Amino acid sequence: MNNLLWLIPVLPFAGFLILALAGKHLSRVWVALIGAGSVSLSAIIVPIIGIGFLSHPPATGNYSQTLWTWMQVGDFNPKITLFLDALSLVFVFVITFIGALIHIYSAGFMASDKDYSRFFACMNLFVFSMLLLVLADNLLLLYLGWEGVGLCSYLLIGFWYENPVNGYAARKAFIITRIGDTAMAIGLFVIFYQFGTLAIPDILTKAPVLWHQGASIATITALLLLAGGVGKSAQLPLQTWLPDAMAGPSPVSALIHAATMVTAGVYLISRMHIIFQLSPIAQMIVAVIGAATLFIAGFSALTQYDIKRVLAYSTISQIGYMFLALGVGAWAAAIFHFMIHAFFKALLFLAAGAVIEALHHEHNIFKMGGLKNKLPVIFWTFLIGSASLAALPLISAGFYSKDQILWYAWAAEGGNPLLWFIGLLGAFITAVYTTRMMILVFWGEAKTEIGHRPGKLMTVPLIVLAFFSLFAGFIELPHNFGHFRLFSDLLQQVLPETILKAGMNTELQFQILALLSTLGGIYLAYVFYYKQPQRIEKLKQSRFVMNLYLFWFSGWGFDKLYNTLIVKPIVFMANVNKNDVVDKLYQGVTFITIRLYQSLSFTQSGSLRWYIMGLVIGAIIILSMQIML
Amino acid sequence: MKSSIEIVMLLAGLLFVLGIAGVIIRKNIIFMLLSVEVMLNASGLAFVAAGSRWAQPDGQVMFIFILAMAAAEVSIGLALILQIYHQHKSLDIDKLKEMKG
Amino acid sequence: MDIVFYITAFVTVISTIMVITRHNPVHALLYLIISLLSISVIFFLLGAPFAALLEIIIYAGAIMVLFIFVIMLLNLGKETARQEKEWLKPKVWIGPAILSAILFVELFYLITIADVAPYNLQTVDPKTVAISLFRPYLIGVELAAMLLMAGVVGAAHIGQHKKMILHRFLKEEGRL
Repeated sequence: MNNLLWLIPVLPFAGFLILALAGKHLSRVWVALIGAGSVSLSAIIVPIIGIGFLSHPPATGNYSQTLWTWMQVGDFNPKITLFLDALSLVFVFVITFIGALIHIYSAGFMASDKDYSRFFACMNLFVFSMLLLVLADNLLLLYLGWEGVGLCSYLLIGFWYENPVNGYAARKAFIITRIGDTAMAIGLFVIFYQFGTLAIPDILTKAPVLWHQGASIATITALLLLAGGVGKSAQLPLQTWLPDAMAGPSPVSALIHAATMVTAGVYLISRMHIIFQLSPIAQMIVAVIGAATLFIAGFSALTQYDIKRVLAYSTISQIGYMFLALGVGAWAAAIFHFMIHAFFKALLFLAAGAVIEALHHEHNIFKMGGLKNKLPVIFWTFLIGSASLAALPLISAGFYSKDQILWYAWAAEGGNPLLWFIGLLGAFITAVYTTRMMILVFWGEAKTEIGHRPGKLMTVPLIVLAFFSLFAGFIELPHNFGHFRLFSDLLQQVLPETILKAGMNTELQFQILALLSTLGGIYLAYVFYYKQPQRIEKLKQSRFVMNLYLFWFSGWGFDKLYNTLIVKPIVFMANVNKNDVVDKLYQGVTFITIRLYQSLSFTQSGSLRWYIMGLVIGAIIILSMQIML
Repeated sequence: MKSSIEIVMLLAGLLFVLGIAGVIIRKNIIFMLLSVEVMLNASGLAFVAAGSRWAQPDGQVMFIFILAMAAAEVSIGLALILQIYHQHKSLDIDKLKEMKG
Repeated sequence: MDIVFYITAFVTVISTIMVITRHNPVHALLYLIISLLSISVIFFLLGAPFAALLEIIIYAGAIMVLFIFVIMLLNLGKETARQEKEWLKPKVWIGPAILSAILFVELFYLITIADVAPYNLQTVDPKTVAISLFRPYLIGVELAAMLLMAGVVGAAHIGQHKKMILHRFLKEEGRL
């Protein structure tokens, strides 16, 4: 079983190579077969390895397969080693499984696109990089995967590059994530400087020995790593790229910007959890960032009219929940929410893609409506996804994962009531904007004619994902409700158990509060958007509400803030320095050289006698020096 | 014969300078080549004189090398002169200024 | 110093001056031969009979014959002499002559300030020269042989009659 491990990342990479090199000469059927087939094969291998891993847990708690030594510089010899433990198993499963479904969906969704093979090549490369990221045994290899997914994200956001807006969005995503990546690289330097190694198991064993609890170096390292995670996972303050990243095709949004890549930050933090545990401050900051992000993104999602932007903001908000969970020390809960979120958010994006496709690329939810009976499959799957996103109690998977986070936000060691309250408010907002989106898209009167209906290739992945969005939650049930802990038991091998504060046995009350907030949110949206839409109009009369609306719509003005604070000064300086002040020095050197050459070239007269004259004069001068001195 | 090296060296120097002057003032390549021969001779004279001063054979050996070199140089130089004359129909060195920088 | 030396030195200088001032190449060549012969006398006086013989045989004999051949091949005669007369104007030669004079004065000064005692001349016979040439200087002899070889090959190659060949850059310029 163990030696199949290398096949998981290699298959998508082989797919990428074939499609990138020979994609133009292959027929569309073959492109789809190679593109989706390679990832599907990986998705089949993962359960095989996973069953082996679960039924006969290895003594070390992980499978590790060294392929070769990457480079050797003195004591520094990072290896290409694949490393599979419970944590990466969850990630690999999600990446390959959802990746395979999304690839199959894409085969239908992108059917009429002219760059069919380029799309699949990029997607395969992405899956490869992401697998490398989660299977890496050292931080250098992880960083390779980290940058690889960044590159693929850039390529796929700008997939329809003819439109300059898409290119701009791609550049924005690339540059903003680069800020985080740079910080992360510095973090890696610090780690290497401190431990002399980048191998993750070594770091995790050495860190508690070398650093004492609360050491400032631990805080610095943790914060630098956090900055990397924040950039990749679109958290405050580097969240502005994700809504714009929706310029890419919907399957890309589903795979990269909802299910997998944006959760790389969650993976990184949980992978390096020991360093974060050594620094309570850093962990607190993680929680605060998560809470602030989920709050801000939630309100922004409430005001968007582009269906994909609503989902983008909800993604930011849900990842905020994961960060909150990581911050309060509920490691397993964060990973659990990651998995559930991957299912339902991929589902939502794919369904949204199908809706957009059916409505002639209409993104505006106010121009949709009445699709309930016209697109029944999409309606039901979207409903299930929305229920999971809104954490509809008991029946949806999202409830179990989010409820767990809310409970830990109060009860876990790092939790406090404020974090819990923000989380609860976030859950309420989530319910509101999800219901609003559902009502606007599927109820009411039809505003746009339906084009073609999605085919089997697109609906089957939706149904599979809907199934998981409903039932995946049952593998981890709350303490007072069956106390079924399959998932956290698995992760216990890697991540520390969540420690509860003393005297916490009132989970039921919190569950009821969470339930009420969700139902309240749904009801509120129901009243405002379905029952009495005129109330919205009335609200719009008020200046204050309108300003607030615009403020939220612009994502709390972060784009504007960065524009004024960073972009404009840099553009201004670039304009001032257009002629490159520093370059003047070098231009001067070349100028002097050219003038000297011009004046000296006069002596190259080609006349032999002048040259001999020069020789004679030189001899005279040398002899005179001999005489004088 | 009692001898002082100075006077021989002076003669060599004078011949050398005359050779240089010849190379510079003549326009005709053949004359320039002749002047170069004079210069080579002058340096040969200096070597032989120095060799005789210390009664060593090295000076004469050097003179023989200079002789060999002069022979090679003259054969090449004369071949070049022939070729130049065929190409340009002139021996004027100032007409060969094509390599002007 | 021997009076013979002064006379020969005087002859050498005069004949060399004649070499560089003659208009007719054949005249110049004859003066050069005289200069070489007198230098060979000086060599003999300096106790280097072998060098004196080589000077006469190779220089005055072989090399000068080469010059004569070339002058005959090029058919240089009165026409050249007339041309030389035109070329050899004081305007042309006065500057270089002054420079050369300065150089000589400097050499003169440098040579005369050295306080050298007179010495007894000893003849270095051909045998010593030959032993020195083929023992310590063997490499030099080999190199000289190679140089002569290269000279022969080079002269044979360059001397071939060819058509007027322009360099490819010049050709392009001409076309433009």
